[in-house]
Amino acid sequence: MTDQSQQLESITQKEYKAGFVTDIEVDSLPPGLSEDVVRQISMIKNEPEWMLEWRLKAYRHWLTMDTPEWAHVHYPEIDYQEVSYYSAPKKKTDGPKSLDEVDPELLKTYEKLGVPLDERARLAGVAVDAVFDSVSVSNTFKDKLAEEGILFMPISEAIQEHPELVKKYIGSVVPHKDNFYAALNSAVFTDGSFVYIPKGVRCPMELSTYFRINAANTGQFERTLIIADDDAYVSYLEGCTAPMRDENQLHAAVVELVAMDRAEIKYSTVQNWYPGDENGKGGIYNFVTKRAACRGESSKVSWTQVETGSAITWKYPSVVLQGDNSIGEFYSVAVTNNMQQADTGTKMIHLGKNTSSTIISKGISAGRSQNAYRGLVRVGPNADNARNYTECDSLLMGDTCGAHTFPYIEVKNPTAKVEHEASTSKISEDQLFYCKQRGLDTEDAVSMIVNGFCKQVIRELPMEFAVEAQNLLGLSLEGSVG
Amino acid sequence: MLEIKNLHASVDGKEILRGINMTVNPGEVHAIMGPNGAGKSTLSNVLAGRDGYEVTQGEVIYKGQNLLELEPEERAQRGVFLAFQYPVEIPGVSNIYLLKAALNAVRKYQGLEEVDAIDFLTLVRDRMKLVKMDEQFLHRNVNEGFSGGEKKRNEILQMAVLEPALAILDETDSGLDIDALKTVAEGVNALRAEDRSIVMITHYQRLLDHIVPDFVHVLSEGKIVKSGDKELAKELEKSGYSWIHDAPEGQTA
Ligand SMILES: Nc1ncnc2c1ncn2[C@@H]1O[C@H](COP(=O)(O)OP(=O)(O)O)[C@@H](O)[C@H]1O
Ligand SMILES: [Mg+2]
Repeated sequence: MTDQSQQLESITQKEYKAGFVTDIEVDSLPPGLSEDVVRQISMIKNEPEWMLEWRLKAYRHWLTMDTPEWAHVHYPEIDYQEVSYYSAPKKKTDGPKSLDEVDPELLKTYEKLGVPLDERARLAGVAVDAVFDSVSVSNTFKDKLAEEGILFMPISEAIQEHPELVKKYIGSVVPHKDNFYAALNSAVFTDGSFVYIPKGVRCPMELSTYFRINAANTGQFERTLIIADDDAYVSYLEGCTAPMRDENQLHAAVVELVAMDRAEIKYSTVQNWYPGDENGKGGIYNFVTKRAACRGESSKVSWTQVETGSAITWKYPSVVLQGDNSIGEFYSVAVTNNMQQADTGTKMIHLGKNTSSTIISKGISAGRSQNAYRGLVRVGPNADNARNYTECDSLLMGDTCGAHTFPYIEVKNPTAKVEHEASTSKISEDQLFYCKQRGLDTEDAVSMIVNGFCKQVIRELPMEFAVEAQNLLGLSLEGSVG
Repeated sequence: MLEIKNLHASVDGKEILRGINMTVNPGEVHAIMGPNGAGKSTLSNVLAGRDGYEVTQGEVIYKGQNLLELEPEERAQRGVFLAFQYPVEIPGVSNIYLLKAALNAVRKYQGLEEVDAIDFLTLVRDRMKLVKMDEQFLHRNVNEGFSGGEKKRNEILQMAVLEPALAILDETDSGLDIDALKTVAEGVNALRAEDRSIVMITHYQRLLDHIVPDFVHVLSEGKIVKSGDKELAKELEKSGYSWIHDAPEGQTA
């Protein structure tokens, strides 16, 4: 092995900088899943009867389903009776009282990621009121949204306050029967976000979990529902780039987006959950179902994701292009290192006429990781003049990792145009040497080259998020060099 | 500034440099000429610290320090600059981004703060004039889609911004038409300074009409077979490289 590739090796042997544990008391149900548990969750949340019925229907269907095994990932069988399905943090009175009590190393990581000060405090488990006036911050924000008639709240709250909307849309994009994890989520979801943008309203700010109250514990089974009515626009940022205190192994979220006539939804994710150690011990199984319906004519949905965390990622944010002239986009960066496995991609289902979709996927593999792109482009018989452009690029760091591409194309209309381009490259020693000759150390050089490789995706992210994502890409591949 | 003593280096077990001796003082411009395959790029790569070259004998002292024990980036931060014969493309990374990162890396070593955005732009604009580059180059990806001449000018722009103590220019003239050659030469001439040494590697004499060196060395089969002043280059021009094999210093097998 050359020095260069040894350096690359050591650089990609980073440690998870945020593998911290915060002891907080939790109210939780004992492990195990049954109709009773589903009923209890619904009761704790004080849900109406129809919601409980919906959950039970999903649960009964889930019992008849098998774990999907087609993805290019390997893990020991999960015992669903070992998992606890409800866990809420108690009052955080035992947490650190101020930032002074928080591990400075941890704060440095947040700083490096560009997490705002207030957010750092929340993530570190500081009792929020001790640090900043969360009430006034979130109220100012809420007032502004209310003026526009925008609803933005935890889905549990929406079930209480706007049952007619939730009832109308929940499961309308991802039915409870859709897949194993979606069924499980439908039965036991604990919370998540709900967004409704009324007709003709452009949401005046990026909606993010950073602003959302009650965001500290999003739980394993998150459920998010976003509806943009006719001519509405919203940009939603999911999660935060900083690490989550999540000791659970399994994370099975469902996200549903609905775009009506001429509406547009931009959904951006930066995911940095615990990936497990370098031997593949621990880490989150991130099995997520994300789907959007471009229901109205000329509607548009863009998914942008930067995935660097989790031991296993199984995720295919998709768009069903029902409305004529609707547009679906998928921009993705997936980084895998050490023993991480990612099987991610998208589905673009063209049903309406003149629908178009764009898929840009960038996979970066290091260590002994496996990184797969899996994408489906389907053009239905009525989808005249459908267009798709797909570009999948893989970057390999070292020679013990793997990159795989599984494109599926099903075209049932002769007027469709589907283009697919794919490339695989190794991070070039010439590029590294060039940067080093200009004074950059190996880490900075790798970070710069990788960020360049991902530029098409990063530039789709909202500004603040893009900066965080760039830092995160550097951090994810950072080692103990220097 | 730079002292190379009996430097031997091999690639894949094959000896390419076979005992190079050379001293470069501050402010001097040295030209190294030689036929293709003589080892010119190998010498510049060894000086810059590229992987894959094994130094089997000899030493290189730069500013009183053993250069060969430093990492490539450490050499760069200490003022060793290599203008590449084949500058590499870096997709998605803008020229200005690399320039700024490079300048900050050097400044960090010097104990200076990161350069202020306005100061940086002022500096870069000023240096771009030296090589007659258009501002739009700053926002293009590093060397991506650049013509041969643009790549070479870009190397000199980087040199102008980083202000190295020792610049090694590897065939900066090759592939340039006469106008581009003049532009590059003017840029380099403007960067000549009392405290800066330049080692110019070239295959052709014509560059030396535009950048007049203090010394000329002829490299052949891994050795410097003749050294002299700029007149030596003229001689070479007249008789080509074949005569060097018969020259008394050319003790090649
Ligand atoms: N990476 C390499 N592997 C094998 N041989 C090499 C390598 N680099 C250079 N050489 C050989 O070393 C000799 C000198 O090459 P080089 O330094 O590029 O010459 P110049 O720049 O003078 O044209 C040539 O014979 C070339 O084939
Ligand atoms: Mg050469």
